[in-house]
Amino acid sequence: MKRRVAVTGAGVICAAGSTAEETWTALRDGRTAIRELDEAWAREGKYHVAAAARGFDPLKHFEPREAALMDRFAQFALAACAEALHNSGLAFSDELKARTAVVMGSSGGGQGSIDEGFVELYGKRSGRVHPLTIPKTMTNAGASHITMKYGLTGPAWAVSTACASSTHAIGQAFWMVRDGVADAALAGGSEAPLNPGFWRAWEAMRVMAQDTCRPFSIDRKGMILGEGGAVLVLEPLERAQERGAPILAEICGFGMASDAHHLTQPSSTGAAAAIRMALNDAGLNPAEIDYVNAHGTGTQANDAAEAQALSLALGERGRRVPVSSTKSVHGHALGAAGALEAFATVMALRDGVIPPTANLTALDPQCDVNLIAGSALEGRLRTAISNSFAFGGLNAVLAFRAPDAL
Amino acid sequence: MEQNEQLRARVIAIIEQAMKMEAGRVQPASTFEELAIDSLDGINIAFALESEFNINIPDDELPKMRSVADITAGIAELLATKESGASVTPANSASTSNGSAA
Repeated sequence: MKRRVAVTGAGVICAAGSTAEETWTALRDGRTAIRELDEAWAREGKYHVAAAARGFDPLKHFEPREAALMDRFAQFALAACAEALHNSGLAFSDELKARTAVVMGSSGGGQGSIDEGFVELYGKRSGRVHPLTIPKTMTNAGASHITMKYGLTGPAWAVSTACASSTHAIGQAFWMVRDGVADAALAGGSEAPLNPGFWRAWEAMRVMAQDTCRPFSIDRKGMILGEGGAVLVLEPLERAQERGAPILAEICGFGMASDAHHLTQPSSTGAAAAIRMALNDAGLNPAEIDYVNAHGTGTQANDAAEAQALSLALGERGRRVPVSSTKSVHGHALGAAGALEAFATVMALRDGVIPPTANLTALDPQCDVNLIAGSALEGRLRTAISNSFAFGGLNAVLAFRAPDAL
Repeated sequence: MEQNEQLRARVIAIIEQAMKMEAGRVQPASTFEELAIDSLDGINIAFALESEFNINIPDDELPKMRSVADITAGIAELLATKESGASVTPANSASTSNGSAA
C-alpha cells in the first residue's frame, strides 16, 4: 500500500541565508544575494558575479578536525542536514536508523578539493596531491558523512544529474518512503562550485551573465552561479502526525523524463513530459496547481523552453498559474538548486506566500507565463510544483500539497 | 582584400578542425545552418578562434557569428581593435546571450 509522505523539517545554507528561516525571509522579500566576488580568480576573468554563501562559517558547525575531512560541498550537506533534523524533532531509535534513507544530489562533488590538488600538481609543480583529495572529492561524500554522523544504516546514495541532481534525490527518497522501503528519509543536495578552475570552465561555456540573474526578463543574459545545500526530512504522514511533528507540506508527486536531444540545449517536450508525470504521480489536475517554482535559470534558451513546457503540460493553466524563479535570489546552485527550490516551494505552501522573482526588467513576450516578480503574492495555495531541468536533458519535477489541505 | 582571403582561409581551417570535418567541407559561403553547427559547437569554434588569433570574442558578438563571412568580418574587426590598442568591443553589440539550460 502506498503511504502519504510529509515534509517535517528543512535545513538550508545558501547565499540568501545560513538557516532555513533566514533564507525563507530573503526569498519572501525577493532580496537578491547575488554580489560581485572579491576573489582575485574571479576578478581576472570576464565574469565577476555570483551568489556566494558568505554567512557560512564551517567552524560554527564542526570541530576543526572534522571540518578538515570535508570539502565545502559536504560541509553544506551535513550542516543543512543537522538543521533539518533539529527542526523536524525526529529522534532515531536503532530500528529507525536501519530504516532511514539518505539520498543526496550533487553535480560536481568536491570540485574545490580537486582544484586545490591540481594547483599543487600543475601550478606549484610539487609532484604531490593531498591524500584526502579523493575522499573529499567523491560525489557521495555528503551522503556518506550524513550516515556516519547519525549512524544511519539504511539505503544511502548520491545522485548526479547536473542541475536536477537534488530534485531527483528528493523524488527517489519520496518514492522509497511512500512505498514502505524506508520509514524516514533525509534528502536534498549540495554544491560548492566557486573555485578558480570550475569558474573558468563555466566562463568558457558562455552561459553566465555579467550583471545578474533575470529569469524570464526581456534583457536576461544568462545564469549566475550559486552555492549551498538544502535537506528535507521526509516521513510517512501518519507517523509524523502521531508524533506531533511539524508538517511543512505533503510531498505528493515526482516525475522524470529525458529529452534525448542535446548536451546543453533544452527541449520543451522533455520538460513537459516530466511535469505531466509528476502530476499523474500525484493524481493532480493542471487546474489544481497554484504555483510553479520554475527552473528559471535566466538563460535565453531555458526560460523560453520552460514557458513553452508549462503550456504543453498544463494547457491554458500553464499561462495563468503563478510562476517565479528563486534563482534570482539564491543563484544557480547546480546540484543543490532543486533542493533549495523544493524548500522554497514547501515554504510557499506552508505560509500561502509565493516568493517573487527578483531583478525583472520586463517580461519577455517569448515567455508567456504569469510571472510573480518584485514582491510576494499572498493567498491560499493548495498544490505546487518545482521544476529542474539539467544539462544533458535530464528533467525532474516534484509536486507538493499545502499542510492545511491535508 | 588578399589579407581578408588569408584570414578567411584560416577561419575555414579552424572550423573544419574544431568540427572534425574533412578539408574542403567548409566553403567561403558556408553558414552554420548549412553545416548543422549548433550553439554548443559555436562556443567550441569560438574557443579555437580565440586561441588562434589571441583575441577575446565578447559574449554579445558570438551569436552574430553564424557563417564564414560573419566570422571573418568579426575577427577582422577584433584584430583591428587589438592592433589599435583600444579595448572596446565592436559597435552594434546585440543584447542576446548564448542560451543554455544549465
